[in-house]
Amino acid sequence: MADLLVEMAGIEKRFPGVHALEDARFELRAGEVHALVGENGAGKSTLMKILAGIYQPDAGSIRFRDQEVVIPNPRAAQQLGISIIHQELNLMPHLTVAQNIFIGREPRARLPFVLDDRALNARTRALFESLHLRMDPRRRVGDLAVAEQQMVEIAKALSFNAAVLIMDEPTAALTDTEIGELFRIIRQLRENGVGVVHISHRLEELKQISDRVTVMRDGRYVATLPTAEARLEQVISMMVGRTIFEEASEIPEAANEEIVLEVRHLNRGRMVRDVSFDLRRGEILGFAGLVGAGRTEVARAVFGADRADSGEILVHGTPVRIASPSDAVRHGIGYLSEDRKRYGLALGMDVESNIVLASLRRFVGWLGSINTRLTRSASQRQVTNLAIKTPSLRQKVRNLSGGTQQKVVVGKWLTADTEILIFDEPTRGIDIGAKSEIYRLLNDLARDGKAIIMISSELPEILRMSHRIVVMCEGRITGVLASADATQEAIMGYATQRPAAA
Amino acid sequence: MTSPLARSLAVFRSDAIQRLLAFGALIVMIIVFSVASPNFLQFNNIIGILLATAINGVLALGVTFVIISGGIDLSIGTVMTLSAVITGVLITNMDLPVPVGIVGGILTGGLAGVANGILIARFHIPPFIATLGMLNVAKGFALVISGLKPIYFNDTPEVNQSAMGSLIGSLIPGLAIPNIVLVLFGAALVASLVLSKTVLGRFTFALGSNEEAARLSGVSVDRWKIAVYTTCGLFAGLAGVLIAARLNSAQPALGQGYELDAIAAAVIGGTSLSGGEGSILGTVIGAFIISTLTNGLRILSVPQEWQIVVTGGIVILAVYLDVVRRRQRA
Repeated sequence: MADLLVEMAGIEKRFPGVHALEDARFELRAGEVHALVGENGAGKSTLMKILAGIYQPDAGSIRFRDQEVVIPNPRAAQQLGISIIHQELNLMPHLTVAQNIFIGREPRARLPFVLDDRALNARTRALFESLHLRMDPRRRVGDLAVAEQQMVEIAKALSFNAAVLIMDEPTAALTDTEIGELFRIIRQLRENGVGVVHISHRLEELKQISDRVTVMRDGRYVATLPTAEARLEQVISMMVGRTIFEEASEIPEAANEEIVLEVRHLNRGRMVRDVSFDLRRGEILGFAGLVGAGRTEVARAVFGADRADSGEILVHGTPVRIASPSDAVRHGIGYLSEDRKRYGLALGMDVESNIVLASLRRFVGWLGSINTRLTRSASQRQVTNLAIKTPSLRQKVRNLSGGTQQKVVVGKWLTADTEILIFDEPTRGIDIGAKSEIYRLLNDLARDGKAIIMISSELPEILRMSHRIVVMCEGRITGVLASADATQEAIMGYATQRPAAA
Repeated sequence: MTSPLARSLAVFRSDAIQRLLAFGALIVMIIVFSVASPNFLQFNNIIGILLATAINGVLALGVTFVIISGGIDLSIGTVMTLSAVITGVLITNMDLPVPVGIVGGILTGGLAGVANGILIARFHIPPFIATLGMLNVAKGFALVISGLKPIYFNDTPEVNQSAMGSLIGSLIPGLAIPNIVLVLFGAALVASLVLSKTVLGRFTFALGSNEEAARLSGVSVDRWKIAVYTTCGLFAGLAGVLIAARLNSAQPALGQGYELDAIAAAVIGGTSLSGGEGSILGTVIGAFIISTLTNGLRILSVPQEWQIVVTGGIVILAVYLDVVRRRQRA
C-alpha cells in the first residue's frame, strides 16, 4: 500500500440549520489523484475546507503523515503542506499577479520589512515557466479574464510546493485547452508524489485524471473505489442514492398557451448579445449553459437590475420599458436570485416581513402605517400554500434551511401577483430532499398558469423540468430545444458551440 | 476579450487617472488664482500655502494608509491635539528635554492608533464607530490633561524654532522655507516608501482589495490591521508635535474637524473609499488642492463661510468621480 498522507475520520460539522458533515471520512495517498464527488450540498467542499484549516470540525480526527494534527487556520495548513484552490476566486483584484501569488511570503530585501519586487516577479516568472504558463507577473489581477484568474489561483496553490493539493472545481471556468494544461500539471505533480484531491461535477473528468473516487452524499461518506473499476452509472447512483431514471418528468403541454413575455434583440455588454426568446403561460423555459454563458445577465437585464443597452421587451404583446426592478415588478416579473442570502432575502427580518416586502405598498394604510392584520393573513396564506416549514411568521429567515428560504422568496413574489418568475439556480445549496420539493413547487406554479424561466447549471435538472430549453454560450443563444429532443449531449454541444468571434 | 483601447487604458490604473486629474486641477487653480490676483504668486503667499498644507498633509498621509486598507479613521484630529498636549506636558510642565517631548507626542499618537486597531481587528467594532469613540476619548484626555488651558513653550523657543525656523533659509539666504514644510515632504517620502516598498504597504493594499482572500492566504489579517491604524496614529502624533511647535503652544480645544480635511485630501488625490487603491503622491496633491483653494478664495476676498462650502463641494465631487470610475470598470 502506498504511503498514506491524510486520514480524516468521524468528521462532524454543523452550521446553523444544516448538518453539513456526519461521520465523514476521507483518505489520501502520496502520488494519487483522488476524486471527491457528490451532488451539490453533499459536503465535499466543507470537508476539504476543514482539511485546509478554514473550518474547524465539531468532532473527528485528522491524521497527517501518521500524526494526529489540529489545523486551526489556513496558515497552519500551508505549513503542513496542504494547499487549496477555492471554488470561488479568492484574489486581490488591485494587486498584481505576482503579488497575489506570494502574498504573505514576499521575497525580502536586505533591510527589514522591505520587499524585493524584482525577486518576486522573477520567482513568479520561474513558477509560470515550470507550469508552461504565459502571463506577465506584473499585470493587475482585476484586469485579467476569469480563466486567467483561475490559472493564477492554481499557480498560487502550486507555489507552496504542497504535499497535498486540494482543487475545488478548478475546471468550472476553464476551456478545454486550459483543462488539458491543468491535467498535464496534475499528472506532473502526481509523478512527484503529491497527493491531489480533485472535486468536480464533471464526472467524465474522473476517468481522465483520477486514481480513486470517493463518493459523498448528504454529508456522509458513501464509498471509495479505484477509478479503473468504477462505472460512471455506479458512481452516479451512489451520489444520488437511488437510480436516477426513477422519476420520469411530467411536463404538461404548454405549446398552445398565450405568449406572456417576448424578448427581442436584447443586448448588454459582452454577456448579453442579441438575445431573443418567447415565454408562454404555464411554461417552464430552461436556460442552460456553462458558468459565465450570460444567463444570469439576461435575467438581470429583463428584470431591470442592469440596464440593457438595446432591445425590446414585450409583456402580453405590449412593449414595456423596464429600467429598474420596480418597473419589472409592476409588469408582473419577479426574479429569484441564485444568491438568495445576498439578493433575495432580508435575513435578519422575519418570514412575514420578507413575504410582503415586494408588495408592501398594498398593505399601507392611513398615514403610511402598515396594516399588520393584512400582512399577517397574506403571509400566512403563502406559508400554508407553499408548505413553508417555519415555527411561526415571526421566525427570522436566517434560521431557516435553504429550501425553506427559497420558498419564502417564492411566497414574496406570489404575494406581489407576479406572473413571470425567473428562477436563477433555484436548487443551489439546497438538500436533496428539499430539491424535489422545489421541483414540485415549480411544476405547481406552471400548472397554475405562471410563466417560469429556470436558469440551471445542472443538466439533469434542466432536462427534468423544462418544456423548452434555451442554451447560451458567451452571451448568445446558440440553441433552443424542445424537451422531447433534448439530451445532455445536445445541450452540451450547444453550450460549447462558440459563435464566430465577434 | 477586451478591446485594445481598453487594455491600453487599463495600464493607467484608475487611481492614477484621478491623480492626474487632481494634479491638472491644481495647476489650473494656480493659473486662475495668479491671473485673478497679483498677490497670489507672491513668495510670502506661497509660503503661506505651504504652511497651511503641512499639518493637514501629515494627517492625510496617515489616513491614506487606513483608507487604502478599506477602513477609516475619524480620530486623527483630536489624537493630534492629545499628542500636542502630551508634548507640552513633557516639555513645559515636566521640564524634560525637547526631543523627549517630540518622541512622546509621536508615540502618543501611535498608542491611540494601536487602541483603534485592537478595537477594530480584535473586537470587530466597525472602524467608523471605533474611531468616532476614540475621537471623543482623545479629545477628553487632551482637555483633562491640560486642565482646559493652553500649554505654552515660552521657556523653550527651540520648539517653535524647529518648525518655523528655516534650515534652507540659513543655507540659501532669501529662500526661507520653514522646516515644517520639509517635515511634510520628508514624511511623505517615508510614507511613500513604506506604502510601495514594504510588507506593511503590500498588506495595506491586500486588506483593502480583498480581506478574505488575504486571510485565506495565511496573512495575519488582525495583526496587519493593527499595524495600519498604528501607522496612521504615528502620523497624527507627528502632526500634533508640528501644530504645537507651529503655534508655540498646545491648544487643547483645537483639532476636531481636521480629520475631515485629511480624509478629503486623500480622496481628492485618488484614494478609493472602498479600499485597495491610493497613493501618497495623490494625497499630497490633494492636500495642496485644499490649501491652495482656501488660500486663493481668501485672496479673492471670498468670505470664509463660502470657502468651507466650496471645499465641501470639492470633496463630494472627488468621491463622485471615484464612484463613476468604479462603475465603469464593473
